[in-house]
Amino acid sequence: MVKVRQDLNLPGGLISLYDLPLGRSAVVNSIGAQGLARRRMMDLGLVPGTRVNALRCSPAGDPKAFKIRGAVIAFRKEEARRILVELKER
Amino acid sequence: MGLTRQSSGFKTNTVSFLKGVPAKEDLVIALAGNPNTGKSTVFNALTGLNQHTGNWPGKTVLHAEGRYIYQGMVFKLVDLPGTYSLLANSVEEQVAGDYLCFAGPDATVVVVDATCLERNLNLVLQVLEITPRVVVCVNLVDEARRKKIRIDLDLLAQELGVPVVGAAARNGEGLNQLLSAIAGVACRRISTSPHLVRYGGLVENLLAAIDPAIKELFGDHFGSRWLALRLLDGDQAVIAAIREWLGGSKISRVKKGDQRQGGKLRYEPGFCSQAGGPAQRG
Repeated sequence: MVKVRQDLNLPGGLISLYDLPLGRSAVVNSIGAQGLARRRMMDLGLVPGTRVNALRCSPAGDPKAFKIRGAVIAFRKEEARRILVELKER
Repeated sequence: MGLTRQSSGFKTNTVSFLKGVPAKEDLVIALAGNPNTGKSTVFNALTGLNQHTGNWPGKTVLHAEGRYIYQGMVFKLVDLPGTYSLLANSVEEQVAGDYLCFAGPDATVVVVDATCLERNLNLVLQVLEITPRVVVCVNLVDEARRKKIRIDLDLLAQELGVPVVGAAARNGEGLNQLLSAIAGVACRRISTSPHLVRYGGLVENLLAAIDPAIKELFGDHFGSRWLALRLLDGDQAVIAAIREWLGGSKISRVKKGDQRQGGKLRYEPGFCSQAGGPAQRG
């Protein structure tokens, strides 16, 4: 069972990438970041419909590493919190 | 990833590609690609030089040049910094983008990593928007073989509309085919029909609206579609580069158009969730 953060008030089925449990995979729904950060995320292949795996987590829980289109990419908490994903198993 | 423009200072890149278009007696070949795909290894293999190769971001911030002779012609090879994109988030991306757009090389080789091809194709599509004269070099095929990855080079060439060559630059595999593909594209013996990303109704209409003005200003010197897209994006770096290129006089009209249409584009609700594809603009 996935614990969804209540304080975020997200629409049904969506969680932030930061809350994706390790070992689980999900599909990107939308990117809340703006400007350069948004541009950079999309350049790395993070567009709606992309499958993302939560790979590992640093000891402090921030940053976390994700597998995106064959590459491992780490996001800080404030970046990962802005990416909404839908839990959808393959 | 490399250095951001903020961290390295706006004036770090003191070499300007806008002033002098490279001399035409040599055929100029640009070498672009994601970081860590072996661009510098390909560069060394082709030129016989021993340019420094190493694995850290920002290694090739300013470009390196070398020459080689093939079939009696002199080719000047320009090694550009590795980037995931040409949309000017960092010094490297700006250098690579400016060079491809304003220096107008005779051919561009995009080096891609065979072991994670999908992630590299974003840059390929962006380069195809700037120039049709592209050769895609799928490097590290030896590594891919070891990982049991098989790449259908013919299908990729068909989909992209440009020559695709498999290579393992480390041990010289595929370099002869690469040389002949580069020569063919640079001398226009091989014709290409690059696959262009279509952005859907709104963006395409705007592109069609500003395209005549851009063609009028720049002729067919370089990719008008790319410039038009950057202007719609409101990309300040590109606007500054165009201003410098034109000497500042004719820019105001294009820029005014850009602000009007660009603004509309950015506030269009739901735009980003509708448009698909790797080169999506936000």
